[in-house]
Amino acid sequence: MAEETKQKNLDGAPVIDFDKFAPKTSYSNYRKYKDYFMTGLIVLAFVIACIPLVSVLWTTIVNGLKRLNLNFLSFNMTGVVGGNPTPSGGYGGVLHAIIGTLEITGGAMVISIPIGIMCAVYLVEYAKGSKLAMTVSMLVDVMSGIPSIVAGLFAFSMFTIVFGPGTINGFEGSVALSLLMLPTVVKSCEEMLKIVPNDLREASLALGVTKQRTITKIVLRTALPGIVSGCILAIARVIGETAPLLMTAGYISSTNVNLFSGQMTTLPVYVYQEYSKLHANCPAAATSACVADIPMERSWAAALVLIVIVLLLNLIGRLVAKVFAVKTER
Amino acid sequence: MTSQDKPVVEPVTGKTADKVFKGVAYACGILILVVLAAVFLFLFFRAWPLIGGDQKANSETVANFTGGATSNFWGYVLPLLFGTVLVSVLALIIAFFVAIGIALFISHYASKKVATGLSYVVDLLAAIPSVIYGLWGGLILVPAIYPFWNWVATYLGWIPLFQGPAANPQRTIGTVAVVLAVMILPIITSMSRDIFLQTPTLQQEAAYGLGATKWEMIKLAVIPFGKSGIVSASMLALGRALGETMAVLMILSPGLTYSIKLLQASQNQTIAANIAAQYPEANDLGVSVLIGTGLILFLITFVVNYAARKITEKASA
Repeated sequence: MAEETKQKNLDGAPVIDFDKFAPKTSYSNYRKYKDYFMTGLIVLAFVIACIPLVSVLWTTIVNGLKRLNLNFLSFNMTGVVGGNPTPSGGYGGVLHAIIGTLEITGGAMVISIPIGIMCAVYLVEYAKGSKLAMTVSMLVDVMSGIPSIVAGLFAFSMFTIVFGPGTINGFEGSVALSLLMLPTVVKSCEEMLKIVPNDLREASLALGVTKQRTITKIVLRTALPGIVSGCILAIARVIGETAPLLMTAGYISSTNVNLFSGQMTTLPVYVYQEYSKLHANCPAAATSACVADIPMERSWAAALVLIVIVLLLNLIGRLVAKVFAVKTER
Repeated sequence: MTSQDKPVVEPVTGKTADKVFKGVAYACGILILVVLAAVFLFLFFRAWPLIGGDQKANSETVANFTGGATSNFWGYVLPLLFGTVLVSVLALIIAFFVAIGIALFISHYASKKVATGLSYVVDLLAAIPSVIYGLWGGLILVPAIYPFWNWVATYLGWIPLFQGPAANPQRTIGTVAVVLAVMILPIITSMSRDIFLQTPTLQQEAAYGLGATKWEMIKLAVIPFGKSGIVSASMLALGRALGETMAVLMILSPGLTYSIKLLQASQNQTIAANIAAQYPEANDLGVSVLIGTGLILFLITFVVNYAARKITEKASA
């Protein structure tokens, strides 16, 4: 016995009873079932999440199709009285809201896309890694979390202070939206500029091309599909904003094509306003053509138009990124 | 002098364009700082009457908003703040586990083809405008969820949170939290999915090599690797929930108390929804009060987002 111990000490290997570590069948089973259980939970999480998402899309499509027709798309809300049909045979429409949405979002694009691209150029091409650039990049991130209503309050405060109280116009809405759009544009452009291979820049600079021309003709051109797709996604993000436009762009029932004067209706605001009307007036003597639920039906139809626009923009953005992508790998 | 003495065309050096371009780029970079400062300053100036104006008029305005319950600005904003934080945290709790589950499903369980499809779906969901979630919540979810909340109130009513009777229609904090959870779900999912996909294959294979089951591998390799990403994604989602206006505005029946009774109507209100609801009828001073509450919301979301970015930065450094 003593000799045996000595022998082992000489070997220097500790004595290990390996049987002690052999997993018991019950423990193996426990691990196995836990694995099944967690897999089940993860799949369940996925199923649970699908319910509201499918429900949102399905109800919007089903309820929206009820009132979505050419008449709905080609008239505004003037001359709509209670739940009665208009002389054109419809029940009012969203033409003014579509025009307003396009103009206000267009205004936001004009403001934020050039600034956003140049800011990304600054971050990637000029000030890479400097302390100021790090701060700016950080603040862009933080800015993307600004609540939309705060953006609305900002535009409202700015316009009342600069242009006098009571200023409400479409452009004010554009300013609010551009604040929300800017960080998205900067972020996606920054990512796109970062993946442009350095060889291209160096080759261009070595040929004696100035930095400005290198950036505009080489870097931005290579990154163009990515930038376009990023901008489209940014537009899709702000086109559905409601809260900031409630207080900056207002709400009217007629068509206003002047971005810089007068109130403007946008699709999301239209959805909200119709929703808050609840019911239309139908006098007892009214014919069956009078629909009391028409505000809700208009609301759903406008929501469907909005969802279609947003999803189309998203698809286009992704397609642009995929189809026109410049191969940067060798 | 003939033209032959000079070069016919001055060589274009492009130096001026170069300088101008550089200047514009710098200006745009710095503009971000200016814009953020401007947001703060303009809100501050517009809310200034709250601090520097006639305090008696301020008290009257606040009393007007609250129906005489309080005449103090803080007495007005603190219940709003409580409601905002309550509903956002609830939404985060509901969304968190589901979102992590989906992210794991996409990154480690689904086949590659299914995963790509699912990623697209999740991204598209993030793009659905909040007003549509509000419409859906107000018209479809509120009646649909009543039986469930009623069941909860009946059988779990002894928990203060679920104290009954459940309001009908369910325009309550509980329902709003569910809708907000659906809205922030895609944010957490897409960010944590990206992180999970980056888990080093070596670590995953090592875990398998030690005989780990799939779940053990996830617990050993994927979750520790993605921890900071998950935290920062959750905080970004929290920031989004804090500032959400339309869904709350269209669903919640508002109140101004510190109640945590999730299933009863008219208990809480959030800052953002309150601004949108009161704004159309507010007078000049009333707007100042609302902008004051907006400023507080701005500062809170700023802090939350800043913290989220700091966490990511630390982890990636």
